[in-house]
Amino acid sequence: MTTRAFQKIYTKIDNITKATVTLRAEGVGNDELATVGGKLAQVVKIMGQNVTLQVFAGTEGLATDSEVVFHGEPPKLKVSDNLAGRFFNAYGEPLEGGEIVEGEAREIGGPTVNPFRRLQPSELIATGIAGIDLNNTIVTGQKIPFFADPDQPYNAVMANVALRAKADKIILGGMGLTNDDFLYFKQVFENAGALDRIVSFVNTTENPPVERLLVPDMALTAAEYFAVDKGEKVLVLLTDMTLYADALAIVSNRMDQIPSKDSMPGSLYSDLAKIYEKAVQLPNGGSITIIAVTTLSGGDITHAIPDNTGYITEGQLFLRNDSDTGKVIVDPFRSLSRLKQLVIGKKTREDHPQVMNACVRLYADAANAKTKLENGFDLSDYDERALNFARDYSERLLAIDINIGITEMLDTAWTLFAKYFSKQEVAIKAELIAKYWKE
Amino acid sequence: MKTTGRVNGIISNIVIVKADGAVGQNEICHVYCGDTKMMAEVIKVIGDDAYVQVFDSTRGLKIGDRVEFEGHMLEATLAPGILSRNYDGLQNDLEKMESLFIERGSITDPVDFDKKWEFKPLAKAGDKVSAASWLGEVKEQWISHKIMVPFVMTGNYTVKSVAAAGEYKVTDTVAVVTDADGNEYNITMVQKWPVKQAVRCYTEKPRPSKVMETGVRAIDTFNPLAEGGTGFIPGPFGAGKTVLQHAISKQADADVIIIVACGERANEVVEIFKEFPELIDPRTGRNLMERTIIICNTSNMPVAAREASVYTGMTIGEYYRAMGLKVLVMADSTSRWAQALREMSNRLEELPGQDAFPVDLSAIISNFYSRAGLVKLTNGQTGSVTFLGTVSPAGGNLKEPVTESTKKAARCFYALSQGRADSKRYPAIDPLDSYSKYLEYPEIKEYLDERIEKDWVEMVYKGKTIVQRGKEANDQINILGDDGVPVDYHERFWKSELVDFVILQQDAFDDIDANCPVERQKMMYKMVLEVCDKNFAFTDFEQCSQYFKGLINLFRQMNYSEWESEKFFDYKKQIEDYITNALNK
Repeated sequence: MTTRAFQKIYTKIDNITKATVTLRAEGVGNDELATVGGKLAQVVKIMGQNVTLQVFAGTEGLATDSEVVFHGEPPKLKVSDNLAGRFFNAYGEPLEGGEIVEGEAREIGGPTVNPFRRLQPSELIATGIAGIDLNNTIVTGQKIPFFADPDQPYNAVMANVALRAKADKIILGGMGLTNDDFLYFKQVFENAGALDRIVSFVNTTENPPVERLLVPDMALTAAEYFAVDKGEKVLVLLTDMTLYADALAIVSNRMDQIPSKDSMPGSLYSDLAKIYEKAVQLPNGGSITIIAVTTLSGGDITHAIPDNTGYITEGQLFLRNDSDTGKVIVDPFRSLSRLKQLVIGKKTREDHPQVMNACVRLYADAANAKTKLENGFDLSDYDERALNFARDYSERLLAIDINIGITEMLDTAWTLFAKYFSKQEVAIKAELIAKYWKE
Repeated sequence: MKTTGRVNGIISNIVIVKADGAVGQNEICHVYCGDTKMMAEVIKVIGDDAYVQVFDSTRGLKIGDRVEFEGHMLEATLAPGILSRNYDGLQNDLEKMESLFIERGSITDPVDFDKKWEFKPLAKAGDKVSAASWLGEVKEQWISHKIMVPFVMTGNYTVKSVAAAGEYKVTDTVAVVTDADGNEYNITMVQKWPVKQAVRCYTEKPRPSKVMETGVRAIDTFNPLAEGGTGFIPGPFGAGKTVLQHAISKQADADVIIIVACGERANEVVEIFKEFPELIDPRTGRNLMERTIIICNTSNMPVAAREASVYTGMTIGEYYRAMGLKVLVMADSTSRWAQALREMSNRLEELPGQDAFPVDLSAIISNFYSRAGLVKLTNGQTGSVTFLGTVSPAGGNLKEPVTESTKKAARCFYALSQGRADSKRYPAIDPLDSYSKYLEYPEIKEYLDERIEKDWVEMVYKGKTIVQRGKEANDQINILGDDGVPVDYHERFWKSELVDFVILQQDAFDDIDANCPVERQKMMYKMVLEVCDKNFAFTDFEQCSQYFKGLINLFRQMNYSEWESEKFFDYKKQIEDYITNALNK
């Protein structure tokens, strides 16, 4: 940011903590940006003349006589069609050093869509993954996270989902992404020839953690430009929201706020909701769909981050390594898409809801049989068949490397039903059996 | 002269204002940020510093910006035309906001001030009246909306004149009353009331003596909610809180339903916006939206207005109660409101209580719940506000402050259990943990004797015992193995499963099963109890489980069949034969 004429430069900082500086200044607006000793900072608190700034890159090396210049405006992003195909840092500056994107500068973290102007989401997003399309169908305007352990291939799955979903634009918001993962995303998008419909805002582990706080708002401001102004279907990928929440905790800690559960700030719910609620189906046909990643520690979903997330998002997807087939599957038991009711059997074939439920029920029977086996009990004929069904179901449908259409998924399920079970055991409405049963 | 002030400090949405005059606690003020005028509420005063919470984003606000104090607390506007509206937490009509986004400082009228209403007088000159006395009425949708002496007018008055029947705007004077000193007061159809204060214009608040029927078996049969009573639904995410609340809001036997969507998902509100106008109220044959008011402050709307939203909802409820109506107020979720209180208390640097919630959380919650109730109006009629809230306990742990505080205040407890939700036993209301204190009320017992059948409450307890014993038997079976316990244990367990599958579980997405009227509940429940009274003397546990699986299937088909249809009676007959056959063997 260049210095403008007649701009006041402050050179006396009173307090410095690890993430904030405080100085005496006048005429400063709340949330306004400033440059402190060359580093970007934002006003977080004003008490009379004392202005507290959160320095995104950390305060290392700042001195009490460092120069402070206020920009007179909150963080903004210049939006235009030229955003497509570009990679930016958390401040919206081009990463690869290319030209600065020109366009209308919009404040990030803008106002809320009037709930009364929203439409009910009703358009299915096909991902080719049966664990999602068949069991937990996602619709445009939905917000749903992957709850995953750090060792699971969530970024790969997400990249796949993004490429297969027929979105007009894909916006990647990377927070605390390792450089390797960042390069992976870049390469996958490049190889798929999809770079021209992708916009990325990336904060890697090499960047200061507090910078991450800007990433979701940047990504969603770009998303709102394409969805609201251009009527496009936009898919926003946010990874990893746990690291975002950790950054929130760091800032609130530095500001001496009283922590609530799991050392998280008391406002965690509102902070996360402000991001996720940007997911919307708009009356102009545009939409913002958010798929996020929340990494868990030891699979614990009662931790404040996944817990608050679960109350905000419309379901959650769990990945699991299936020991029987050696493949990663989308867990049919713990995963849930709250909005699937809006499309299954309506936008998909009529047998979808019943087939989905029957599969999960039979898969549960197999799980019981497995427990029986582990406890040393004898298996009945039905148990054996259920176990075989589970193996096939997992391999031919649940595995995330499968890529087929929903109708094909339903047909595959019917084939498996006929292979292992009688019509009574499958217990689906008689009319559907008559129509779809594969002899 | 209004008190004014200047901004002297900003911490997120808390603003410290240097005031030049008197400032009241909870007084409303307007903070000017450039041309934008934002509403705020005083929450603390120290010297001439007023701490105000702004119901909007404080981005760009500067030290020295102007503030005007309004001299009154946060008020709801009460007038004909509230029904069917969709408000935000501060009673701005969302439908009237033109733009896609809610711009900062958006203010819209809560009712149409230009619309004319067909007024009919109820009082006449010379009548002695006091606050909430009925002076006249207008037809609002299908209810008779009473025009009352404003709640704020304390003391006794004499009616001097009442306007003749005819068309009036809400701001027209429809009556003139005089006080003891002869001062005259013009009364219009619109009045205001500070939302954080309870409306107390009634002669008495008796104990609830009737049941609010919801069509949900696990509630009506097992743990009934009283008309004018209070209840709450805690449950982890995914346990079905919102589905259950929506079901109740569609089916409940109330005249007016107020849904407060407090800090929850916007898409859930969109669902109500879309579905309700298409649904028909089975009792009146009218569109559901006609009796519904939505107050919506979704999770991304300003946090401070979240707190206001529940109070606004309750105040509107009390207003309609004063017309002698049965009102049901539902808030989803009160935890979000508590979290809003926590955020404020945190920014004010108050010493925290448990989990960083403010120490007076419990008092605030019980104070709020106490505003519900059945009341006897000054004219002898009754009206009621029934309140049902949901709680979203952190980590699904019911030992957290919001759940515990609410438990002290609410009389019905509908605990949604993760275990039931995981095994898709919906509604996931835990039959053993949940309770309704109203079952212990002699008034309610008497009412149920009359409404359903003599000694109904004893039958309810009998069902609860069956479930309890079934659970104990199941624990034994799980420890000792299927073969390790007498067959009798299996029979006990399966009888409890029968109660569970036929009575407790209900399919909210099935057109017929979703709403189960009390007559139907009675019949099903008595049939189930009859089975439980029988001694089948099975020879082994497999025979027992096979038998009950068959029986449960028949009962469920009956639940899915239209009430008293041919199919319904056919299944009933099949069940009777199925039982007779087993006993004759």
